[in-house]
Amino acid sequence: MLDADLIVIGAGPAGMAAARTAADAGLSVLLLDEQQRAGGQIYRDVERVPAERKKILGDDYLKGRALAEALDHPKIRHLTGAVVWQIEDGPRVAFTRDGAAGLARGKRLLIATGALERPMPVSGWTLPGVMTAGAAQILLKQSGLLCERAVLAGSGPLLYLVAAQMCRAGTPPLVLVETQTPADRRAALRHLPKALKAWRVLAKGLGLLAEIRRAGVKRYIGATGIAIHGQDKAEAISFEADGRRHQIACASVLLHHGVVPNTQATRSLSLPHVWSEAQRAFSPERDRWGRTANTDIFVAGDGGGIGGAVAAKLQGEVAALEVACDLEKISHVNRDRAAAPLRKGLAIELAARPFIDRAYPPYAKALAPADSTIICRCEEVTAGDIRRYAGLGCLGPNQTKAFGRPGMGPCQGRYCGLTVTELLAAETGRSQEDTGYYRIRPPLKPVTLGELAVLAETDLKEQEDIS
Amino acid sequence: MKPASPFRELQKGGGRVRVTFDGRTFDLREGGNLAAELLAAGIRSFRKTPVSGAERGPFCMMGACFDCLVVIDGVTRQACMCEVSAGLVIDRPGAEGEGDA
Ligand code: FES
Repeated sequence: MLDADLIVIGAGPAGMAAARTAADAGLSVLLLDEQQRAGGQIYRDVERVPAERKKILGDDYLKGRALAEALDHPKIRHLTGAVVWQIEDGPRVAFTRDGAAGLARGKRLLIATGALERPMPVSGWTLPGVMTAGAAQILLKQSGLLCERAVLAGSGPLLYLVAAQMCRAGTPPLVLVETQTPADRRAALRHLPKALKAWRVLAKGLGLLAEIRRAGVKRYIGATGIAIHGQDKAEAISFEADGRRHQIACASVLLHHGVVPNTQATRSLSLPHVWSEAQRAFSPERDRWGRTANTDIFVAGDGGGIGGAVAAKLQGEVAALEVACDLEKISHVNRDRAAAPLRKGLAIELAARPFIDRAYPPYAKALAPADSTIICRCEEVTAGDIRRYAGLGCLGPNQTKAFGRPGMGPCQGRYCGLTVTELLAAETGRSQEDTGYYRIRPPLKPVTLGELAVLAETDLKEQEDIS
Repeated sequence: MKPASPFRELQKGGGRVRVTFDGRTFDLREGGNLAAELLAAGIRSFRKTPVSGAERGPFCMMGACFDCLVVIDGVTRQACMCEVSAGLVIDRPGAEGEGDA
């Protein structure tokens, strides 16, 4: 059993920043992360990225380096390759690492497990060669791989970032198939005055668009009817735009229409979650310090609502200050003094969100896919199946499991949960909030009997050592 | 023969080690992300789904979708969460010991 004042799950911007802030305040920190190196998805492998890749990825990515280096602190124990599969009151965390299970106990727990790509079920999205835009970016950051003859489809800033990075690398996408409409842009304008506070964010976006234009990449706006074609791999994408149907042969399709909080951990703890209409997703309830309904458990970063990497870092620091105050390492006065500039930065960072959320809404046809479209990738359940369950009286995602197997495969609903909520809400006429979400049960990630056996042995040994 | 890959590799060098996937040998970059290195080697489909037998390959590259599942030493694992090491014997799930069926 490992003990720490603070356990942090996730070594992305929120987790890394929280770990360092807590350590500086004198807390012992145990940082658990699935990857072999710090950074999370946004700063994946930032500490060992080769020089020639830096220009392609850009300065914002390289900012993660300082956060990763700051983990080198005597009060921080960073366990890489640690896969958390159970979280209990206590807080106690069970994880596997190097083929053995381990247990940790903390006085406080910070969940910083970030975001997932919003599921984008369209016809053919399960074919090999179809990936999330985030996956393409991870391939570039970590492995220096670029998708050739790729089409990017969906909406949102990440689509432009990935496209611009591909252009910089000399492998521009064939086209951008964008689902937001001119009406979305007009509706977003009322959020623009506030967004100007975050003018750097907006300027960056405009810069990306200029790069894409200079590279001569064609952009289709307001695309609909997106379908991916191929026998055993993606070979073409078709869609409607500019009043006609287009078909483009390609080798990869990269999908993205926003990211959503990864709530697997907070759901497994049965913490209350709220629906955000602006972000079309659930997030765990938390106070201004990131504290959840369970007073020992905090959430920071995109896992508590989408705000991006800089906001995540600031939230991580704010939460760490509150934990340090809880454990009487700093006074309330010092906590508030240190938090004030962080909150100011957070307000600026989040100012552009309402504009971005409204300008780049999710692709409507992926929230309400055609009956024949697979929505649960694991168990191959279709949108039509879910509608049929609703017709038979099924009201909530958990009940669907009585009718079929959606959400019961290995991904545990990570890539179908929100779709099922949306489909049932639309069919029953109830709100997404009332419709709810899957109940998530441990193990959060698969654990083998062999791994558990090692845990049992060490547990016995510990008991012997004590007696 | 190496199958054609739809990926361009920025970094050509790097020490390579031999692994087998589905009975075929590949020289992959040591320490690289296993899913990425298999993709770079031209593997498109990592497995067939148990429900319909449809082909699947990596989708999220971050350990969330489980579409990159492979079998290593009898244990089903997410290729995108593994690193390449010399001598890995990788099978397609459900195909262990079935040969080239
Ligand atoms: S590609 Fe999604 S889990 Fe590996």
